[in-house]
Amino acid sequence: MTDLAQPLPAAGFQIRPRRLSPEASRARTRSRYAAEQRFKLVGLLAVLTSLGLLALLLSTVVLQGYSAFVQTQIRLPVALNAAELDPDGRRDPAALAKADYAAVLNDALYRLFPEVTERRAKRALRGLLSTGAAIQLRQAVLAEPGLIGTTAELWLLASDDIDQLFKGFVDRSSAQADRRVTDAELGWVATLEQTGRIETTFNKWLFTNGDSREPELAGVWGAIVGSFYMMLVTLCLAVPLGVGAALYLEEFAPKNNRWVDLIEVNINNLAAVPSIVFGLLGLAIYLQLFGLPRSAPLVGGLTLALMTLPIIVVATRAALRAVPPSIRQAALGIGASKIQMVTDHVLPLAMPGILTGTIIGMAHALGETAPLLMIGMVAFIMNVPAGPLDPATVLPVQIYLWADSPERAFTERTAAAIMILLGFLLLMNLFAVILRQRLQTKW
Amino acid sequence: MKGPIIAVAGVAAALVCAGTAQARDQIRIVGSSTVFPFSTAAAEQFAQKSGMAAPVVESTGTGGGIKLFCAGVGEQHPDIANASRAIKDSEKAACAANGVTEVTEVKIGFDGIVLANSKQAEPFKLTIKQVWLALAKEVPVDGALQANPYQNWNEIDPALPDDKIEVLGPPPTSGTRDAFVELVMDKACEEFPEIEALADDAKKAACQTIREDGGYVEAGENDNLIVQKLEANPAALGIFGFSFLDQNIDKLQGSVMDGVEPSFENIAAGDYEISRSLYFYVKNAHVGVIPGIKEYVEEFTSEAAFGEDGYLADKGLIPLPEAERAAVRKNATSFTPLS
Repeated sequence: MTDLAQPLPAAGFQIRPRRLSPEASRARTRSRYAAEQRFKLVGLLAVLTSLGLLALLLSTVVLQGYSAFVQTQIRLPVALNAAELDPDGRRDPAALAKADYAAVLNDALYRLFPEVTERRAKRALRGLLSTGAAIQLRQAVLAEPGLIGTTAELWLLASDDIDQLFKGFVDRSSAQADRRVTDAELGWVATLEQTGRIETTFNKWLFTNGDSREPELAGVWGAIVGSFYMMLVTLCLAVPLGVGAALYLEEFAPKNNRWVDLIEVNINNLAAVPSIVFGLLGLAIYLQLFGLPRSAPLVGGLTLALMTLPIIVVATRAALRAVPPSIRQAALGIGASKIQMVTDHVLPLAMPGILTGTIIGMAHALGETAPLLMIGMVAFIMNVPAGPLDPATVLPVQIYLWADSPERAFTERTAAAIMILLGFLLLMNLFAVILRQRLQTKW
Repeated sequence: MKGPIIAVAGVAAALVCAGTAQARDQIRIVGSSTVFPFSTAAAEQFAQKSGMAAPVVESTGTGGGIKLFCAGVGEQHPDIANASRAIKDSEKAACAANGVTEVTEVKIGFDGIVLANSKQAEPFKLTIKQVWLALAKEVPVDGALQANPYQNWNEIDPALPDDKIEVLGPPPTSGTRDAFVELVMDKACEEFPEIEALADDAKKAACQTIREDGGYVEAGENDNLIVQKLEANPAALGIFGFSFLDQNIDKLQGSVMDGVEPSFENIAAGDYEISRSLYFYVKNAHVGVIPGIKEYVEEFTSEAAFGEDGYLADKGLIPLPEAERAAVRKNATSFTPLS
């Protein structure tokens, strides 16, 4: 520090050093160090704030949603009367599928609680079980026709109100009018609890079912399959087009050409267009002009490909630009043609960057709902799609639909679906990081 | 690297070609977000009972739904439109212009619009007139229209609490907002001679314009969000559909309106004033062409569905009186078109 205060020996130029007293010099140093400390502190604070907000967000979602991964079930002794279920005794699956399983379940409930006789009370008693319980029973009988004629002990889905009660989300001490379950229902659940006939199990239905209006039957599988088909279409379209466009612009296009500049500006602008605009474009072109079906993942994929394209082009160009010119010159120097230089040398070296950009673009598309609103993918669809032309919905749309449902049990399921979506996004990003690490070349 | 991409593209192309050949085998329903929860519940029951493909139900809003519905006859157009109001003459004309001439109207029940607040606070006892005074942009003061001067409820009526007026409600794009304006704002207006005296356009504007100075907060289309905000802010009132009050009865209480409580029974009996009829419309030309439409309508209009103890009542639909239900069922299942 002190040499700065010395006059410089060089004579070619004149600098008149300001002489500072040692105290002033130290004070200056201190203030510069203090500024550095302050800057570091502010930076740290910014990092901590964002981490804190993220932790708050995640913990809210997890706290609200963890309970959706278990589901309340009730064990019932179900008398499977042969005369009732299979009157002609042939065990014909078509006839068995048509039998009235709801009635069988109602009888089982009435037998378990014989003191319930009044019509409205019986109706409330039937409400202990989900409407899906009859489907469960049908599946059980079809899978094992030998059950007919016996009294089987079966675990069946409880309705959403009972599920919420058993999970402890209903204040039992409040007045009857202030809660969704009556005193009678509380009594029945207490009896079931004492006899070990009610418990929670892992909620596999959340992962295997399509959408439903009954929270206990609603699952994300339909949305996951829909998302898969949509992403497949987006990937097949956006990657070849995006990488091809970037390669041409970066390696082959004439430099300083007005048209090329115009295209570049347009691509950069396209990346900033609000996503709903792509939805309108999809509606106008794919649905109205080409007559493709509404709500199909194919159309969703085509629309999102438009949105992902600029992201991939920009990322690919950056990756290509990061390949040192010496590689290109060396390839050309030993007699490779331009296309050989690109496919054999530049592209492999740029691949980690291209893949990272692609995966980030795809993750972006996976979380999108706004453009899908216009092309009819924000819809209630129970059936799991069998192909990219079947009506389907996607994960973020499923979250949106559940968040809008009045039933209380959908609150936890919304949070659970958010966790599942976050899980997929995390996996994709992890994949991007691993690919980059493994494929990266150092020079 | 190129190999797999070409293979995947090939598979996708093959899937696409295989798919285009098949015709539509599921019903397509569009329309009101208010009818959406009922329509989807009926669709689910229909699919489970009949074993046919489940209908696809889109929540597009009444106006948007009818527009899609009226776009034409054919597989690419929806079969059924849900509506939280009756179809307008202009919409019927648009339908007819596109070849959709025979449409069956099915009235399915009522929906109440409630003003509710958190159970932590006292329940409100309001009149429609007081609500208008609290929410209108301009109110008559000493015979002339002026910017709404009321900041606290007790300035409107000393019997009301000494709390700031803060009402969370739906944005103008919502059907609930349209119904609220029609059933509350327009109706309350009739009680003010100063406004009745205005010319039609000015009267409409004076009646329907909601204040923008913070007394009314547009809380988005999501009614669950309004419920959560009310819980956090006991001094605020919220406007939403009855089914959300029904589901959150442990947290919220409905405000008494002109002496009538917003209960299931009162709305069904027609005593609670802020209620509207819900409908769906069926395109007759599609009946028998798209499989399942008849069965879906039968399911929706069965006693097990829209009856007094039906599963739609459990979802918050207020059923029609018994005689009307029978008439609706007869009319609907025979697909008698609107005149």
